[in-house]
Amino acid sequence: MQTQLAIDVRIYGEQLDTIPQDLYIPPDALEVYLEAFEGPLDLLLYLIRKHNLDILDIPMAELTRQYMDYVEKMRATKLELAADYLLMSAMLIEIKSRMLLPKPADIEQEDDPRAELVRRLMEYEAIKLAAQRLDEMPQVGQEIVVAHAYFEQIAVAGPPGISFEDLVAAWQSVLQRASHFQHHRVGRAELSVREHMSLVLRRLQRDSMVEFMDLFDVVNDGLPKLVVYFLAILELAREGLIKITQQASFSPIYLQAQER
Amino acid sequence: MQEPLNTAQMKQILEAALLTAGQPLSLDELLRPFDGRMERATLRMLLDELKADWQQRSMELVQVASGWRFQARPEFSLYLSRISPERQQRYSRAAMETLAIIAYRQPVTRGDIEEIRGVAVNPNIMRQLIERNWIDVVGQRDVPGRPSLYATTKTFLDDLNLRSLSELPAMENFSQQDILFEPPQPE
Repeated sequence: MQTQLAIDVRIYGEQLDTIPQDLYIPPDALEVYLEAFEGPLDLLLYLIRKHNLDILDIPMAELTRQYMDYVEKMRATKLELAADYLLMSAMLIEIKSRMLLPKPADIEQEDDPRAELVRRLMEYEAIKLAAQRLDEMPQVGQEIVVAHAYFEQIAVAGPPGISFEDLVAAWQSVLQRASHFQHHRVGRAELSVREHMSLVLRRLQRDSMVEFMDLFDVVNDGLPKLVVYFLAILELAREGLIKITQQASFSPIYLQAQER
Repeated sequence: MQEPLNTAQMKQILEAALLTAGQPLSLDELLRPFDGRMERATLRMLLDELKADWQQRSMELVQVASGWRFQARPEFSLYLSRISPERQQRYSRAAMETLAIIAYRQPVTRGDIEEIRGVAVNPNIMRQLIERNWIDVVGQRDVPGRPSLYATTKTFLDDLNLRSLSELPAMENFSQQDILFEPPQPE
C-alpha cells in the first residue's frame, strides 16, 4: 500500500513521498506515523537503517528541520512526546554547531561531537533487538502450557483428639474444686457407673455438646459421685459412645455423643 | 504409612507432586514429602530419571529458575491454544524494550531506562510489568532522590522457561562500524 505523505519529508536530499511500506499508516494521521516509533532515537535509527545513511554524514540541519516539523505537529496533542523529540533536536543542533566551529590548531583534537549520538544509537539498537528476541521467546500463558493436574486436598476431618495428660489435669481440677465444698454425708448412695453413663448420654442428647467441667456439680455432689461420673465418662469414651475433644492446649474440653 | 519406599514409589510421589503443583517446585519442596529421608543427590538423580521416563510422552519435565515443572511439549502448544483462546497479553514494543533494558542492564532506575530509550518511561508499562511479577524494586540508588532500582524476578525467568539470566539470548554488541562510523579524517 502506497500512501501519499501529507507533508514534505526529505531524507538525505531525497524526497520521501510515500510512507514506508513496512508500516501501516492511515493517510491523514501523521501522529500515528510517529507513534509507530518508540521515540526520537527510534526514528533516527529507522532513518539511518532504512536509507543506509552514514551517521557521520547526516545532514544535521535537514534532520533537525524535520524533527522540528514533527514537534510542531505534535505539540497540540502529545506534549510529552514532543518534549522528547525536542530534546533530540537540541542534541542534533548542538552536534551540528560544534562541527561547524573552526578548531584552533593548537587545541588538542577533541572528540567527534557525533560520537555520543552514535554510542546512544548503538546501545538503543542493541536493546531494540534484545526486546524483539525476548518477545519471540515462548512464554508461560502463551506457548508454554504448565501441567496442573487436579488434586483435591482432603482436610483431615473431625476435631482434634485429646491427650491423656490433659484429661487427668481436668479431672484433678474437678477434685480440687470439690475439696472446697466437702461436707459429711450420712447414708449410702447407690452408685453405679452404668447409671451415670446413661445420665451423661442423656445430657449429651439434650445438649449436643457439653463442657467437661459443666458435667460435674462440685457444689452438691460428693466426691464419690464425682468419681463415678468421671469413670462413666471414661467408660463411655472407651466404648466409643462419646467423643472427647479439645481444640487447643488448655482450652475447654468438650464431650459429644458419638454419631452413628 | 507404607514406608520405607522403593525407588519406583519415590519417583511416583515426585511425579504426582509435580503434575499437581501448577507451578515450579524447588528441591526443598520436593524433599518435603519424604520427611527428611531423602538426600538431595538422590532427589536430583530421581528427577533426571523421571525426566528420561517422560521423554516419549506429551509432557516434559523441565528445570526453570524456581525449580522443576511439567509442561506440555512445545509441539502441542498450537493445539492447546485452541481450547482456551484467552491468553496472557502480549506486551507493546515500548514495554518489551523497557523489559529488555531491565533484564540486560539490571539493576536500573527509570532514569537509566529513559537514557537508553530516549523517551520518558510510561508509568503504565512499569505497573504492567510489576503486576505480572516480572520485575520488582530491589533497592534505591544512593543519589539525590534515591530512585528505585528495578530488576527482573524469578517468575520472569520461569515464564520464559529459563534457569538463570545467563540463558537469555546473547545481546548483540554493535561495533561502531555497524553504524557506518568512520574516524574523522585529519585535516
